[in-house]
Amino acid sequence: MFRDIVINPFFFICFFLSVASLTAACSGPNENSAATIAVATNFKTTLEHLESDFEARSGHTIDIVSGSTGKLYAQIINGAPYDVFLAADQARPERLVAEGQAVPMSRFTYAVGILALWSPTDPDVTPDTLIETDITRLALANPDLAPYGLAAAQLLERLRLDEQLRPKFVFGENVGQTFAFIRTGNAQIGFVSAAQVLALPENTEGSAWFVPPQLHDPISQDAVLLSRGEANAAARAFLTYLKSDPAREIIRRSGYESD
Amino acid sequence: MPDLSSLWLTARLAFVTTLVLLIIGTPLAWWLAQTRSRFKPAIEAIVALPLVLPPTVLGFYLLIAMSPNSWLGGFWMQATGDTLSFSFASLVIGSVIYSFPFMIQPLQAAFEGPVKQAMQTAASLRASPVDAFVSVAMPMSARGFVTAIVLSFAHTLGEFGVVLMVGGNIPDRTRVASIEIYENVETLNYADAHSLSLILLVVSFLTLLSVFAFNRKFPAHVRL
Repeated sequence: MFRDIVINPFFFICFFLSVASLTAACSGPNENSAATIAVATNFKTTLEHLESDFEARSGHTIDIVSGSTGKLYAQIINGAPYDVFLAADQARPERLVAEGQAVPMSRFTYAVGILALWSPTDPDVTPDTLIETDITRLALANPDLAPYGLAAAQLLERLRLDEQLRPKFVFGENVGQTFAFIRTGNAQIGFVSAAQVLALPENTEGSAWFVPPQLHDPISQDAVLLSRGEANAAARAFLTYLKSDPAREIIRRSGYESD
Repeated sequence: MPDLSSLWLTARLAFVTTLVLLIIGTPLAWWLAQTRSRFKPAIEAIVALPLVLPPTVLGFYLLIAMSPNSWLGGFWMQATGDTLSFSFASLVIGSVIYSFPFMIQPLQAAFEGPVKQAMQTAASLRASPVDAFVSVAMPMSARGFVTAIVLSFAHTLGEFGVVLMVGGNIPDRTRVASIEIYENVETLNYADAHSLSLILLVVSFLTLLSVFAFNRKFPAHVRL
C-alpha cells in the first residue's frame, strides 16, 4: 500500500501542485507581510528585543538570520533570500549598493558600537589593568575581520601599548568568540562590545571599562534595504521603525549609541 | 604570494601529532588486538568517537579543559608558567584527540589475524615479547603502520574546526593553513586563498597517493 503511493507519479504531481498552490497563496499580496533580516551577530540579541516591539506595533513579522558581516555579505552576493541587512560596519552595505545588490539611498547608521575592556574576575578594570603583569593573554576580535577588533587595535596603538602587548594577543574570529575566550577563563581580559557586557546577568562578578569613543574610529553599523526586499512592505516598515524613537531607545539601552 | 609560515606550522603540527600518536597509539592498538577484556568494546567506542563528534563538541570541551581555571590548564600553568590554551601544545593535544582513530584503527586491524599466531610461534621459540614484537609483529604490520601514519598526518593537515575554536589565530603559533585560508576568504582576499588551497590540495593528494601506491605493492599481511 505504502509502496503504491510512493511510486505513483500521479501522487507526486498532486503533491507538488498542492504545495505550489499553498506557497503561492501565502506569498500573494497581503497587507501584513514578513521580511527576512540578516544581522551581524553582535546585534542579534538587541534585534530580538526590537522584534517583539516592531511586530506588536506594525502587525508585520520578521525572521532573523545572524552571522558575521563578511559571511552574510558573501551569502547576499550569491543570492541569499534576505530583505534587509544590518551589518556591523559601513563598508559591506556600501559595497552592496555599489554592486547593485541593495537599494541606493536606503543605507543609514542604525547603531554605533561601544568598545569595552572586560574581565570576569577583576572587580575594578581600568586602562592600567592592561599593563598588569599577571595578564598573560589579552583577547580581541581579529582586526581584519571584525569592527570591534579594529577599534581595539586602534585604541592600543593610540595608547602606545600595541608593541608591548602584542605577544599576549589572542584573536577571536568575531566579538562573540572573543567573549567566550574570556568567559571560559582562557584569556584573563579582553575587548568585547558593551552590549555583551550589559547582557550579562546582573550579579555577575568582574567589571568593564567602557572605552571613550573618541579613542578609536567610530564602530558605525549600517543598515541597508536589499534589492530583493525593495517591494516588501514589512522590510520597508522595519527600516522606518529602526529610525523611530522607541527603537532607538531600545538600541541605546542595549549598549549602543544611536542618534 | 601568501605568507607560507602557516603551511610550515601546519606541517610541524601534523608531524608532531603523528609522532605522539605513534608512541601512544602502538601499545594501545596492540592491547586492543590482543585483549579479551569486557571493556574492549567501550574502549573501541571511545577511540572511534572523534570520527562522529562534531569538532565544535571537541573544541568546546578543550576550551574548558585548557582554561587556567581547570585542573589540566591549571597544572600546565604551574608547570610551565604559561597558559595552555592558544599555545602550540594545545593544538597538538587537540589534534592527537581528533586524529586518534586514524592511528589506532589501521594498527589494530594489522595486529589482528596472522600476526597473533606468528607472535605465539616466536614466543614458543623463546623470543622475548619485545624482541618478538620488533622482529615479527612490526615487519608483518608494515602496511598497517604506513596507513596509520599517513592517514594521521593527512587528517591533521585538514584539521579546521577544533583549531578555529581553541587556537586564537596567533601567527607562527596557532594560525595553521586552514585557518589562514578561512580568514582570506572572509576578507575577500581570494588570490591568497586560491594559492594556499591549491598547495594543500596537491600535498593532500600526494600524501594519500603514497599510501595507496604503497598498499598496492604490499599485500595486507606480509608473510615472512
